[in-house]
Amino acid sequence: MTTRRRFLTAAAGAFAAMSLLAACGQDGSGGGADDDATGTVTYFTFSAAPDHLKDLDAIKAEFEKQNPGITVQVQTAAYDDYFTKLQTAIAGGTAPDTFELNYENFVTYARAGALLPLDEKAKADKDYDANRLYLKAREAFQFKGKLYAVPSTFSDVVLFYNKKLFDAAGVAYPTADWTWADERAAAQKLTNKPKGVYGDYQPVTFHEFYKALAQNGGSFLSEDGKKATFNDAKGLEAAQWLLSKPGTVQPTVAEIGGKADYDTALFTSGKLAMWHNGIWQISKLAGTAGLDFDIVTEPGSTQKANAVFMNATAVSAKTKKATAAWKWARFLGISQKAVETRLASNWELPAVNDQAAFDNYLKKTPPANRQAVFDALSDIALPPVLDAQQSKMQDIVTQALEKAASGQATPQQALDEAASAVTGLIK
Amino acid sequence: MRTAIAVAGFLAPSLLLLLGFWIGPMLGTAWVSLQDWNLIGVPTFVGLDNYTELLSDAEFHAALGHTLAYLAGYLPLVLVSGLAVALLLDAKLPAMTLYRATFFLPVISSWVAVSLLWKWLLNPADGLVNRILGMVGVAGPGWWTDPDWAMPSVVLASVWKDVGFVAVILLAGLQAIPRDLLEAAALDGAGWWRKLRSITLPMLSPSLFFVTVISLINGFQVFDQVWVMTEGGPGGASSVVVEQIVKNAFSYGRVGYASAMSMVLFAVILLVTLVQLRLQRRWVHYE
Repeated sequence: MTTRRRFLTAAAGAFAAMSLLAACGQDGSGGGADDDATGTVTYFTFSAAPDHLKDLDAIKAEFEKQNPGITVQVQTAAYDDYFTKLQTAIAGGTAPDTFELNYENFVTYARAGALLPLDEKAKADKDYDANRLYLKAREAFQFKGKLYAVPSTFSDVVLFYNKKLFDAAGVAYPTADWTWADERAAAQKLTNKPKGVYGDYQPVTFHEFYKALAQNGGSFLSEDGKKATFNDAKGLEAAQWLLSKPGTVQPTVAEIGGKADYDTALFTSGKLAMWHNGIWQISKLAGTAGLDFDIVTEPGSTQKANAVFMNATAVSAKTKKATAAWKWARFLGISQKAVETRLASNWELPAVNDQAAFDNYLKKTPPANRQAVFDALSDIALPPVLDAQQSKMQDIVTQALEKAASGQATPQQALDEAASAVTGLIK
Repeated sequence: MRTAIAVAGFLAPSLLLLLGFWIGPMLGTAWVSLQDWNLIGVPTFVGLDNYTELLSDAEFHAALGHTLAYLAGYLPLVLVSGLAVALLLDAKLPAMTLYRATFFLPVISSWVAVSLLWKWLLNPADGLVNRILGMVGVAGPGWWTDPDWAMPSVVLASVWKDVGFVAVILLAGLQAIPRDLLEAAALDGAGWWRKLRSITLPMLSPSLFFVTVISLINGFQVFDQVWVMTEGGPGGASSVVVEQIVKNAFSYGRVGYASAMSMVLFAVILLVTLVQLRLQRRWVHYE
């Protein structure tokens, strides 16, 4: 009898502890059940870690101050793991209330019904001014004419160059009028292998390829979008342009040996003359002592074309905190605090029309030619988007380029194979 | 009757775990393999479509081929070197426990750690292996950056990690061989090689059979070392079945298709294991 009672007491204790734990868990989502405007809003992001966690904290603190009753809980993941984690969270019914999406993956999530349509929330919110958003970004995050995510940032890719190396080699600095031929000639003069100096660095991947194709006047897909057309003569030239660099003016894959951020280390240590990379590198480079660099829009071939990356904040279709989540998404996009924090820390560019804020940003050096960041926007080449098969398509193209680079196929063979595989993905 | 209840009671905990974490997910996978599902939307039933698509998926076929190529390199190497190590460890030497523990260390190390270690050792630019080769005047290959060497690199790392496991199983088998058999053979004038061939290996065949089956099953599921060392590259040259499953499920949003791949892999492993069980009658001797 005693044992039995003791057992029951223990069981009851354990049960009480469990319900307490469960209650704590529920407390996390806070507030009453019918109140979706206060409580805890979770936010999942790839762009904050590791360089901008403090900046995100500052934005979050200001948001919580202006919106008493709402707490934001931040979760971060590296870009490479981000979408895997997001998918599994959504499938497991634990989707974050708000999460970051990039342009390429946005449609997949919108079509799958994972996102909350935001037009009603936007209309009901007197603090929301759609015109404050950069128009191209606002259009990019619409699906079937409805807004499904609030644009937060954009960034573009430019040509970074090391002025000291150009001076030492007696080569004139790159200008916005440069073409591939100018870049190639300079890269050859600047490469000095005995000294470990390379003239150029551009990854041989999908993102560089679609852009090079656009610079060469080519088109990734046919006009009706039913067929991959990047294996034509223009595509071959674009692939050859990328493939011509490793081993001549750029280290090979074997020389890099899989080291993470090899190119960053090469550039910051003053051993790389030209570097195709995104403006998100500016904050690191500006803080590197002894590095004298500037930027210019990328050289084109028959025309200029610049890669632009756009991110936005989406609200989960399953959220119980829709109003609070909307407020946070809006705040990340257009609030003064978010805009200023992003500009001050070179955390990409806020997707807003705010000339005054940008004027301050433009005055900062280095780089002296910061204007190139905005010049790039006049010739945008957005990546082709293949609905649900985006990452598969990107992998196919990158793999084809790898095949050509490692001699498993000629560039033409690799492109033909990839084009027919990509055409096969289009339904 | 009471015994039956007692037995059921004792079996229940492990049976429940087996059902919940093994059989259940397997049946779930079979069900998902009939769906078109990207994890974020609602699954649609598509019947056997995923399986028919597999029939014409060149990438999957290539991955299957690479997996077989991996096995062709890995299996003989790990068995022969495992046997060699077991024979050495069977010798009567001081501090033998230390040697045994040393060979077993890679077995209990994490796959990711071991793969990273070998990725560094085989780094074409400044890895230890190529440096040593350079000292003796040999230009080392590009290892995992070279399509022809990527799979051999993976095989090398895998053999290094698994040789201790094979050796320990075989060592136990070796020590169970009655010494009088070997002594009798020695008295009859049998040399080392003769004893190995006519007594040790036949007596060891049950252990050899066990490690062969286990190594084949594990070999078909090769993943971690590929993922860390090559990610299936360069240009898909070392892409294997499980790597394709992971990519399809978690990068390409095709969980149903990936599940169909899993079922096919399961069938292949089952088939190979059944064939082995059948063939063992020809070469495995139980006392």
